[in-house]
Amino acid sequence: MRSYVPNTEKERQEMLESIGMTEMDDLFADIPKDLRLNRPLDLPKPMSEMELRDLLYDYVSMNDEGGPLFRGAGAYRHYIPSLIPQLAARSEFYTAYTPYQAEMSQGMLQSLFEYQTVICDLTGLDAANASVYDGATAAAEALLMLRDNKRKKKVLYAASLNPNVVAVMKTYAHCAGIELVEIPMTDKGVTDIEAVAANMDGAAGYIAANPNYYGCLEPMDDISAAVHAAGGLLVAYVNPITLGVIRRPGDYGADIAIGDGQPLGLPLAFGGPYVGFMAATKKLMRNLPGRIAGETTDAEGNRVFVLTLQAREQHIRREMASSNICSNQMLCAIMASMYCCTMGPAGMREVAEQNINKAHFLASKLCALDGVKLRYPNTPFFNEFVIDVKNAEEINKALAKYSITGGLVLPDGGMLWCATEMNSADEFDFVCDIIEDTLDSVGGEE
Amino acid sequence: MRSNYKLIFERSRAGRRAFDLPACDVPSAILEIPGEMRTNEPLKLPELGEVDLVRHYTNLSRRNFGVDNGFYPLGSCTMKYNPKINEELAPMFDDVHPLLDPEMSQGCLALMRDMECMLCEICGMDAFTLQPAAGAHGELTGLMHIRAYHEHRGDLERKVIIVPDAAHGTNPASAAMAGFKVKEIKSAPDGGVDLDALRAAVGPDTAGLMLTNPSTLGLFERNIKEIAKIVHEAGGLLYYDGANLNAIMGIVRPGDMGFDVMHINLHKTFSTPHGGGGPGSGPVGVKKHLIPFMPVPRIEEKDDGELYLSYDKPESIGKIKSFYGNFGVIVKAYCYIRSLGAAGLKEASENAVLNANYIMNQLRGTYEIPHDRICMHECVVTPTEEMMANDVHTSDIAKALIDRGYHPPTIYFPLIVHEAMMIEPTESEAVETLDEFVTAMKEIAAQVKEDPAAVHAAPVTTPVGRPDEVTAARKPIVKYEW
Repeated sequence: MRSYVPNTEKERQEMLESIGMTEMDDLFADIPKDLRLNRPLDLPKPMSEMELRDLLYDYVSMNDEGGPLFRGAGAYRHYIPSLIPQLAARSEFYTAYTPYQAEMSQGMLQSLFEYQTVICDLTGLDAANASVYDGATAAAEALLMLRDNKRKKKVLYAASLNPNVVAVMKTYAHCAGIELVEIPMTDKGVTDIEAVAANMDGAAGYIAANPNYYGCLEPMDDISAAVHAAGGLLVAYVNPITLGVIRRPGDYGADIAIGDGQPLGLPLAFGGPYVGFMAATKKLMRNLPGRIAGETTDAEGNRVFVLTLQAREQHIRREMASSNICSNQMLCAIMASMYCCTMGPAGMREVAEQNINKAHFLASKLCALDGVKLRYPNTPFFNEFVIDVKNAEEINKALAKYSITGGLVLPDGGMLWCATEMNSADEFDFVCDIIEDTLDSVGGEE
Repeated sequence: MRSNYKLIFERSRAGRRAFDLPACDVPSAILEIPGEMRTNEPLKLPELGEVDLVRHYTNLSRRNFGVDNGFYPLGSCTMKYNPKINEELAPMFDDVHPLLDPEMSQGCLALMRDMECMLCEICGMDAFTLQPAAGAHGELTGLMHIRAYHEHRGDLERKVIIVPDAAHGTNPASAAMAGFKVKEIKSAPDGGVDLDALRAAVGPDTAGLMLTNPSTLGLFERNIKEIAKIVHEAGGLLYYDGANLNAIMGIVRPGDMGFDVMHINLHKTFSTPHGGGGPGSGPVGVKKHLIPFMPVPRIEEKDDGELYLSYDKPESIGKIKSFYGNFGVIVKAYCYIRSLGAAGLKEASENAVLNANYIMNQLRGTYEIPHDRICMHECVVTPTEEMMANDVHTSDIAKALIDRGYHPPTIYFPLIVHEAMMIEPTESEAVETLDEFVTAMKEIAAQVKEDPAAVHAAPVTTPVGRPDEVTAARKPIVKYEW
C-alpha cells in the first residue's frame, strides 16, 4: 500500500506523542462517534505501480481509437509538436497552484500574459482572460457579460451553433433568468440575417459561430452590421485554427470572441481538459470573468506580472462577482500559447490552408460517389462539411471494421465530416472505396 | 537575484520558424474561400527557432514554484504530492475523440463508470457526475440540483442559499450564479455554525445551506447533525463543499453527515496536479432524491453489458460542459484511488491531520492560534499583537517565508480571522520538512523583533520584488503591444 506518506510508523508515533496523543484516532475526537464510518471503505485493493499500469492498459484495450478520424464537431485531431507536451511537463508549471504569490510565480504569470497577448492577436481584440473551462462555458459566461453590460435579459443565438454549446448556454441561462432566442438558418446553412434584425428589440446581443457547427463560414460582416445597427453586441464563437486564413473577429467588429482552444495543441483526451478562451474590446474588459494577468513594476522598476482587476472576482466580491470561476484551465492555456508561438504566423497560415485543402478534396471525392451530395454546395467551408446520403449508419459501421471513424451522423441522417492536416490523400481514397462498396450493397433498399 | 526576463515577442526574428508540417498531398483549395472572408495579413505571432522556444519556456519554468520544488502549505488547496505514474498513464487516452461511437470508447466509459462508483463509496452518496471542470463549477452544478429539486416540487419560493461567513468566496458567487439570493450567517465564537443564527435564518424561503466540514478554520463542525436537522426541517437541502475532504477519507462521509449534494476537488484530495491554476475537476455527488436532476449524459449499461451515454433524462438540469468532464484529470485521480485503496486513503487523511496538528502545536507560543483545539487537515494562526505593533503583518511574514524557500500559506482567509494564515501541510510532507518550516516561522518571528525592516524588505531572493498592484489595477496592461 502506498499513500505517499513518507513518515515511518515510528515517526508518526513520536509526532502523536509530541502533541499529547497516543493513537491516530485521538485526532478525530471532534467527530461524533455515531457518524463515524467504523468500517473500511469498500474499494478495490491497493495496487503497485506495475499492477496499476496493467490495469490501465486493460481500459485502453477496450477502446478502438487512433485509426483514421474524420470526425470533429467540436473536438479536432491536429498535429501536436512534441515540444508542447514536454514543456508542459515541467513540474515547476504543472505542480503549482494559481499564482497568488507573484514573486515566486513569475514563470506562470508571464506565460499567462503571453497567452493573453496571443489570444488578442488571434482574435483582433483588446483584452483576454486567463481561460475558462471550455468553449461551451465560454459561451455561457459571454451570456452573463452581455446581460451585465447591456442590462438586458434577452440574448439571440444562432441555430448553427454547436448543439453542445447551446445546451450549456441553456443550462446557465435558466439560472440567470436570461431569455434565449434561436435565430434560424437559411437553406444555405448560415444565419438568417433578417431574423436577427427582426428579433433584436430588447436583446443584448447575438452569438454567432464562424465557422458554424455545419462547417459553413458565415457572412460575419453582414451579421455584425445587423447586430450593431440595433445597438447590440456581437459575440463570435470561432475555431482558432481557422484564424491563419479566415478574418479575425476584430476585423468584422465583434465585441467579444470566444471559442475552444483545443485545436491549438491539446489532445482529444475523450473531451477534456480543453480550454475556453474569451477576448473582448477594451470597453468590455471589466466584464470579463476570471483571472487576468497584468504588467506592473516592483519598487526597483523591474517588470513584474501579477493577477489584476481582481475586484471583479469571487474571492473579493463574493455574491456580487462577475462569475464564480476560480480554477480555470491555466496549463491548457499555456499549451495553446506554446502552439501558436511554435507555429508562428507562417505555420498558422500553413495549417489552416492544409485543413481547407484536405476538407475540400475529401468533399469533392465523396460527392463524386453516386448518392452522396454536399448539403450546402454554395456556401464556403473550412475543414468540416455536411453530406446527405442514405445509410449513414451503415457507412460508419463499414468504416469501423477498419478502425476508421467516419463523419458524425446528425439527427436528421446527414453526416458531418471533418478533415485536418492529419488526414492523407491515401486515407481519402480508402474511405471513398469503402463507402462506394457500402452504398452499392445497400443501395437497393431505398 | 533580480532579473528581467524577455517576453517571447521580444525574442522574435522575422523569418525564424519552429513548425514542420509535411507538404500538402492534395491540391490547394484556398480560392474556394471568397476573398472577403480571408485575411491577407499574417497573424502577429512571434517567430523563433525551436531551441529558443524551448529555452524560453524552460527558463520561465525556473521562475516558478511548484510542489516538486518545495513545501507548499497553501491552506484549503491541498497541495499534496502529484504521483508521477499518474502523469504517465493519463495520456494513454489522448487520442480518443469524445464523439466516437460508444463501442469504440468502452474503455473510457468503463473507467468513468468505475470512478463514479468509487466516489459514491468514499463520500456516502448515491450517484456521481464527473462533468464539472473545477470546484466552483461543481458548486454551481450542485446548486442547480437544489434549484431543480424545489422547482420540481412546485416549491417556488425557495430562493435563498445560506452561507456561513467563513465560507470560500466561490460559495456565495456560485449561489448567485445559480440564481439564488445569498444570506450570510455569522460564525459562533468557536468558529462553527452559530445554531441560533441558523435557526433564525431558515424559513420558507430557504433553498439550502452550503457548508464545508471541516470548516475553513480547519475545525470539524461538531454540531453537524443538528445543523442538518434544522435545514431539513425547514425544507432546505444541505450542500457539502468538498474542498476540505482530505481530512476525512475513510473516517466519516458527507453522505452520512446528512448532506444531500456535494462536490469534490480531484485536484486537491485526489492528488491531480493543479497546473498553475487548472485544469481541475469537480465531480458532484447526490443522494437518491436528486438523481433525476443530474446533468446529461449519464453513463448507463445495456442488457448486453455495453456502456452508452444516455441523454434521455427529462428532469435533468441539462449540460454544464461540452463533453464529459476533464477526462484526463479524472484518469489521474482514478489511478490515485486505485493505488491507495481503502487503507491508503484513510492513512492519507490521518497523516494530513497529524501533520497539521504537529505544526500547530510547534507554532503555539510563537504565533497566536485563535481557535486552539484539535484541528483537522489545516490550522489557522495569526501574528502576535507584538508583531503587529512592529507593523509586521501576515503579508510580510508570507514574503519572508518565500526567502526561506517556502510557498506561503493561504493568507487573509478565512475572512473571519483578522490577519489569518491558513496552513495546510498535507500528508505528503516528512517530519523534518515540518520541523524546518517551523524553524523558519520562528526565525521570522525573532527577526520581527530585532529587524522589522528586513521583514518588510522581503522577498530579496526572487527575480522580482513586491509588485505595485495598485497601478496594475488602475492602469491595466493586459497584453504586450508590438
